Amino acid sequence: MDLDFANVLIFLVVGCVFVLLNLTVSRLLQTRLFTEEKYIPYECGEDPVGDTRIKFNARFYIIALIFLIFDVEIVFLFPWGVVFREIGVLAFVEMVIFIAILLVGLAYVWVKGDLEWIRSIQSGSKESEVQ
Amino acid sequence: MLPVFQQFVQNPFPEFFAQAGSENLSQLVLEFLRSHVPFLATLPDPVLQLIAMLAVCVIFVAVVPLLPLFLVLAERKVSAHIQDRVGPMRVGPHGVLQTLADGVKLIFKEDHIPRQGDKILFIVAPYIIFACSFAVFAAIPFGKSILVSNLNIGIFYIMAISSVVVIGVIMAGWASNSKWSLLGALRSAAQIVSYEIPIGLSILAVVMLVESLKMQDIVMNQGGLGILSWIVFRTPFTFIAFFVFFISAIAEVNRTPFDLPEAESELVAGFHTEYSGMRFALFFIAEYANMFAVSAIAATLFLGGWKGIIPGYEFLGGTPGFVIKTMLLVFVMMWIRWTLPRLRVDQLMNLCWKYLIPISFFNILGIGIWVLIFQNDRNPAHIGISLLIIILGIIGAYLVLGKRSSQSPAPRASSA
Repeated sequence: MDLDFANVLIFLVVGCVFVLLNLTVSRLLQTRLFTEEKYIPYECGEDPVGDTRIKFNARFYIIALIFLIFDVEIVFLFPWGVVFREIGVLAFVEMVIFIAILLVGLAYVWVKGDLEWIRSIQSGSKESEVQ
Repeated sequence: MLPVFQQFVQNPFPEFFAQAGSENLSQLVLEFLRSHVPFLATLPDPVLQLIAMLAVCVIFVAVVPLLPLFLVLAERKVSAHIQDRVGPMRVGPHGVLQTLADGVKLIFKEDHIPRQGDKILFIVAPYIIFACSFAVFAAIPFGKSILVSNLNIGIFYIMAISSVVVIGVIMAGWASNSKWSLLGALRSAAQIVSYEIPIGLSILAVVMLVESLKMQDIVMNQGGLGILSWIVFRTPFTFIAFFVFFISAIAEVNRTPFDLPEAESELVAGFHTEYSGMRFALFFIAEYANMFAVSAIAATLFLGGWKGIIPGYEFLGGTPGFVIKTMLLVFVMMWIRWTLPRLRVDQLMNLCWKYLIPISFFNILGIGIWVLIFQNDRNPAHIGISLLIIILGIIGAYLVLGKRSSQSPAPRASSA
């Protein structure tokens, strides 16, 4: 059984070695010409404007947080899924309660409007109209 | 020559492979080394074991990058024929060598690292993405003993290792020092993590029926009644779970209609905008390898893996059968890509959080109730009931949805 995961380790290592090998071969074969323009970040042919680490939508964080909660919960559900049949009705009822609590969480996020991607833009435009 | 060919048709794998009692490929190679290569047999056991494991891994590292070589060509040909074109025709007969030519071109291309970017992260990102998509293949059962390792947490391991790819994507996007890359990476990450939840819940549905996380146990559970014992048809809920899984899988590998991270018209190329040459090619290989892996997992979980269609016969069974099933799913992915337009970001998130996730939770509860009522879900009578419900459900859905779509075009389309 220990050797099963040794296989995984070997796969990861050999995968990295494959990448290294390819990049090395490519490095040896390619022609490298230095031009200043090549190293400018791509922005459709224009000179880049401002900082490239731009502000991005805060929704990405919220999605990540919701994901974290649900993913951890799925991790909890897997052991239950394996032994569910042995334990029977009791396990099922318990898990229904567990899932119900989480669904309340999903409903809360839904009602709060954190699942709407568009909302912030709409409310933002309203504010700008007021101003 | 002819008898050899005949033997190959009857039994594609040499006798040695057929009769060996070994569980996985490295044991197979180990036995082969012990019996056929005398000078290695004298080595101590752990060394021999390591050699066998390395040999298996090298076979995979040689085969996996060849997949994109074939899949990219297939994709281009499929798309061409869907759009009534012929596709690449110049390099080799019917353009079969086109991808090889592209690969050779990419090796000779200069790959440069953005000077203002984060150099270390930029270099490390392809390693993470490739190594992780490659490591998924360690747990996919291609046949009874054609399997690298039958991990005791098989399917869970696949879920875990495939989500590490997100870290690579974010690293690549951040390190590139390009607005397109950063936005592409964020979108990609948001999409992959969101769709991981319906995928996890659909997998859980299968685990509840099989009571094991081992990939080989999942396949074994689907034998006996041929196509009827496939998990898709086992209960009406797994039927839904299969579609939830497949839709989420398409989103997970960032393919149209979910290819927002790489939406050419908005983001140039997404997180790998600044990557060129071989580094870009590695992302490409990883992407297509992922596509194959995801289809293979869908085939294993829901479509019987390497088990055949007709009970007792090996028709469409074994490794060739498994590959055919996988390729069929890959073809469906390509078909969808060239049929449907790209979604908007809000539609993408709506589909995941408001439809797929509630549906998958409903599925879990449904399967729980099904198992409690019927106890033995492998009983032919129960599969019959399930099939009846599935057929009635399809007819009902057709009547309801067909009527709605014929009444009026979608309101959103008319207003836009």
